Amino acid sequence: MNFPVLTTILLLPLLGAIISIFVPKEKSSIIKGIAGITTFIPLVLTIWIYYLYYTQHMATGGYAFTESIPWVKDLGITYGLGVDGFSLPLVLLTSVIGFCAVYSRSWSVETRAKEFYILLLILITGVMGTFLATDLFIFFLFYEVVIIPIYLMVIIWGSGSKTRKDIGKEYAGMKLTIYLLIGSAFLLAGLIWMYMLAGEMLGVLTFDLATLATLNFAPNLQIAIFGLMALGFLSLISMFPFHSWSPDGYAGAPTAVSMIHAGVLKKIGGYGLIRIGIFLFPVGAKFWAPVIAVLAIGNVVYTALISLAQKDMKYVVGYSSVSHMGFVLIGIASLSLVGLNGAVANMFGHGIMAALFFSIIGYIYGITKTRYIPDLGGLAHQMPRLAGAFLVAAMASAGLPGLLTFVPEVTIFIGAFDSPITRIPAFIVLTGIVIGAVYVLRMAANVLFGPRKEQWDYVEDIKGFSLLPIAVLVAFAVIFGLFPSLLMDMVNSGIQPIAAKLLSAGSQIGGSL
Amino acid sequence: MFDFALNNAWLIPLLPALAFGIITLFTKKMIKLSASISIGAILISFVLSVILGIELIGQGDTFLEHPYKAVVTWFSMPGLSIEVGTLIDNISVMMLLVVTFITSLVQIYSLGYMRGDPGLARFFAYVSLFAASMLGLVIAPNLLIMFVFWELVGLCSYLLIGFWYGKISASAAAKKAFITCRAGDFGLLLGIILLQINFGTLDLQQLSVMIPNFTQYTGLTAVGLTVIAIILFLGPMAKSGQFPFHVWLPDAMEGPTPVSALIHAATMVVAGVYLVGRILTLFITLPSALLFVAIIGAFTALFAATIAITQTEMKKILAYSTISQLGYMMLALGAASLTASMFHLMTHAFFKALLFLGAGCVLHAMHNEASIWKYGGLRKYMPVTYWTFLIGCLAIAGIFPFAGFFSKDLIMEVTFAASSLSGHAHGPFPVAYTVLFLMAALTAFLTAFYMFRMFFICFHGELRSKEVQPHEAPKVMTVPLIILGIFSIISGWVGWPGLGEGQAFGYFVRLGEFQVMEANWLLIILSTLLALFGIGLAALFYWKKSFSPQAVIERVPFLYKLSYNKYYIDEFYLWIIHNIIDKCGWLLWKFDIYVIDGIVNGFGKMAQWGGAVMRKVQTGQLQHYALIFFMGIVLMLLLLSFTGVHSPAIGLMGGAK
Repeated sequence: MNFPVLTTILLLPLLGAIISIFVPKEKSSIIKGIAGITTFIPLVLTIWIYYLYYTQHMATGGYAFTESIPWVKDLGITYGLGVDGFSLPLVLLTSVIGFCAVYSRSWSVETRAKEFYILLLILITGVMGTFLATDLFIFFLFYEVVIIPIYLMVIIWGSGSKTRKDIGKEYAGMKLTIYLLIGSAFLLAGLIWMYMLAGEMLGVLTFDLATLATLNFAPNLQIAIFGLMALGFLSLISMFPFHSWSPDGYAGAPTAVSMIHAGVLKKIGGYGLIRIGIFLFPVGAKFWAPVIAVLAIGNVVYTALISLAQKDMKYVVGYSSVSHMGFVLIGIASLSLVGLNGAVANMFGHGIMAALFFSIIGYIYGITKTRYIPDLGGLAHQMPRLAGAFLVAAMASAGLPGLLTFVPEVTIFIGAFDSPITRIPAFIVLTGIVIGAVYVLRMAANVLFGPRKEQWDYVEDIKGFSLLPIAVLVAFAVIFGLFPSLLMDMVNSGIQPIAAKLLSAGSQIGGSL
Repeated sequence: MFDFALNNAWLIPLLPALAFGIITLFTKKMIKLSASISIGAILISFVLSVILGIELIGQGDTFLEHPYKAVVTWFSMPGLSIEVGTLIDNISVMMLLVVTFITSLVQIYSLGYMRGDPGLARFFAYVSLFAASMLGLVIAPNLLIMFVFWELVGLCSYLLIGFWYGKISASAAAKKAFITCRAGDFGLLLGIILLQINFGTLDLQQLSVMIPNFTQYTGLTAVGLTVIAIILFLGPMAKSGQFPFHVWLPDAMEGPTPVSALIHAATMVVAGVYLVGRILTLFITLPSALLFVAIIGAFTALFAATIAITQTEMKKILAYSTISQLGYMMLALGAASLTASMFHLMTHAFFKALLFLGAGCVLHAMHNEASIWKYGGLRKYMPVTYWTFLIGCLAIAGIFPFAGFFSKDLIMEVTFAASSLSGHAHGPFPVAYTVLFLMAALTAFLTAFYMFRMFFICFHGELRSKEVQPHEAPKVMTVPLIILGIFSIISGWVGWPGLGEGQAFGYFVRLGEFQVMEANWLLIILSTLLALFGIGLAALFYWKKSFSPQAVIERVPFLYKLSYNKYYIDEFYLWIIHNIIDKCGWLLWKFDIYVIDGIVNGFGKMAQWGGAVMRKVQTGQLQHYALIFFMGIVLMLLLLSFTGVHSPAIGLMGGAK
């Protein structure tokens, strides 16, 4: 393949951002159009390569559509892109949520639309880059690129909450950013340590993931480096007790940022943990897995209970997304093929579901100017279409079969119960499926159902371009729900080498642990 | 024809699913077209099921021993493979017939009952989705696929209970139903996962081969497997309204009456019974688990009956009677008889759908007045409803020759056979089954009493309400009543004791060897007497008015209150939810804000404070900087000379390379 399809997918949004700079800021509809086109083309291209990979490369596995241009030869840095069965679902997730985020309503965006869309496009590029990179330096570069637009977007276009009057969007944005930065500092320390060690072992410096994966680091070093990196990745995936940035951040952020952050960005944590942490340091992963498994209980049960007490829709979904990440974590901690498959698939499933939820809430907030649940009620009378989509999101959150979150969750639990480390935590975590149903259905009942409230009679049902993101995300939720092998086969082909590494690590050093 | 139906059995659930899709996406605005699509789809499914049914009956027990199975992989990975498809045997075909038949009738009835409702298209869409899910559940070849459809029927139940979403009570009832069932599903899913990781498969056929010899395939002990079976049983308990999960079913009556008839009486609520029936091998292998099923069933049957005798709304009484009858079915399963439970499931589907649809006609006539004490003398105004309702009441009371007589008698017989009274019980717990048998007998009496209490209050005497002029329902509603009435009479005869091979219900639907059932005249006379006694007592109280019920209530006010308030179980659950779970959530939230976030903010504060202190170092005086610089170099030199290593880390920092 000569056509650099991954670079196109990666850089088109950035190109859109650059073009937008030259458009006068009054023409916000043109800028939105540019953003729409430069995210739509990557979406189509991603679906196309997903199809190609699924039909041609999946059986053999490994990276496809690779691009490699040496960048800084002395330091072994290469501009390397590639996708496999593990990253491709997440690339697809980024494309679809990126596109949907452009068309989702954020109530305050109209004021400075130009800057908003430019930052949004940069953000999308940054997230995409982390999943496409096959070189860890490139991975980290994009990881850092992400932080700046998010900070600006939250503090400029964010909003406060009626339930947390003591904190504002500035606090939320700052907390989010500082958390990410501190996490990335630990990650950077771990990366450099590994880079130096690998340089000594190989005799040549490299950041190339595939090369690094051939090395067997000493067990003690694995434990230490995995620990450092995990601190970074796990705070990004909002593991208890490093989760408190997440509800405040999502509640404060504008719709598009909440969608991208909850939908894709926090999945970089899970992606990095598996792709770098487990793949390169399987022994370290075995050492830390019990800790992760126990803390996952905190994620699922603790935050699900907190969700029950929330009265702001965004806080409900914010805490629920922390809760859902507990399922992912327990799947990761099982360190089995089945559990890891479920964890990765659940990252995809939760991404679509969370983006759908935030998009819907953004619309409701935009039109009613409130997210406070007791203010709302009976909205199904005025907005039947939106209510339908809301129910789809709620049911996906509750893990209803036929929607895309069910199979991943079941897979996680089968993997987790099968592994002795995670068996007891998984039992406790399973109660999350009950509490998880309670808070979403409560929210649905209090927002959508009940007598018609005349104060909302002016509200229009969702239509036109605003309907686009919701229709696309619902379609994804249903198609991947009915045909889970579209996702599971793909994920399985990507996870198999990683699971094999875990197995071989177990047989090599099994005695020394 | 038959081969077509057999090879394309997947069409049976798919057609209603397509109807759902078409209505939701395209024809939502066109009510008549939507109704036609929905009814057309279910009628084709019904015809396909009938073709299957006729052929299967012709072939005797061929399909019982060699079920037809066609599957494709739904998803798979090393160590986990789930297949979706169809498993056609006598049991699933019997269920297909019951479900498609009742769904068709209820949909036709709804044309009359729901006339003029602005959400009619939505109603038909949901009912179609329900039919699709229920039919999918029936022919599912493995437990996980069953669970998939199990949850989907739960979703449809949620949507249909909350159909009139403007009513707070409806939306609350819908939520309650979903969450209560979810609590049971926790157990079901856990049980399924544990079976998967122990047996490596969830396929129903493979499991039924492996489970009896589980020690060969797994490291499980009998106790371990018993625990798994009981955990798994929590799901069916919730779905089939067994104590203590029964609380959602009476509230579910907030939905439109056809929905109550279809979902909350005839089909969905029996899914729990059906699921246990599908994996009855698991329970039969483990006598303690089997006894647990029987105890839950018998207790629920009696418990719900004691509530039903004091309720004052037709649909509520019918709801508690459904719970009670579901308890009977569970008891039959607990007595290891698939035949008895499936037989009662079938006859109950007919007469309970009939009763609910009859109650719908009454509500329709009384302009949705719920309290039976406003009714009275309805016999004059609505003769068709009156006669068909009487058939339903006689059937559920178990009077010869109505359907309920045969099926309830069979349950009594199998329980009796397992008890010490019979003298030839095989199981390890004959005494326990004796108690359960007596509970079942008492329930039979109570059932006859409360059904006829309602019957006499509603249909006899004088009309108490002054505001309404009752009238008979239109044909589109009464014709389904008549058809169901006929089935409530004849469907019992297939279980006539003494029918042999190739004829008896028990020959076609069974687990294990077929045995001709001998009529146990003692039991037949006993249960008939109990039923007649119940009816007679109800007639004396509420028809002839020979005794005043008020006097009895004054004798035992405590018991009356307990029964009328459903033993305060709802209040207890609400108390737990509000005072424990919600409080817990609130406390944890505060903990999150003040402790966890407090620590995070504390670090922030420390950094600020540190900055404030360190700022003082920046004096702006060159001498201070030089001094600190010099001290730093001295320290580094000391460090290097004492450790004596040229660490690469330090080299990196200083750029010494």
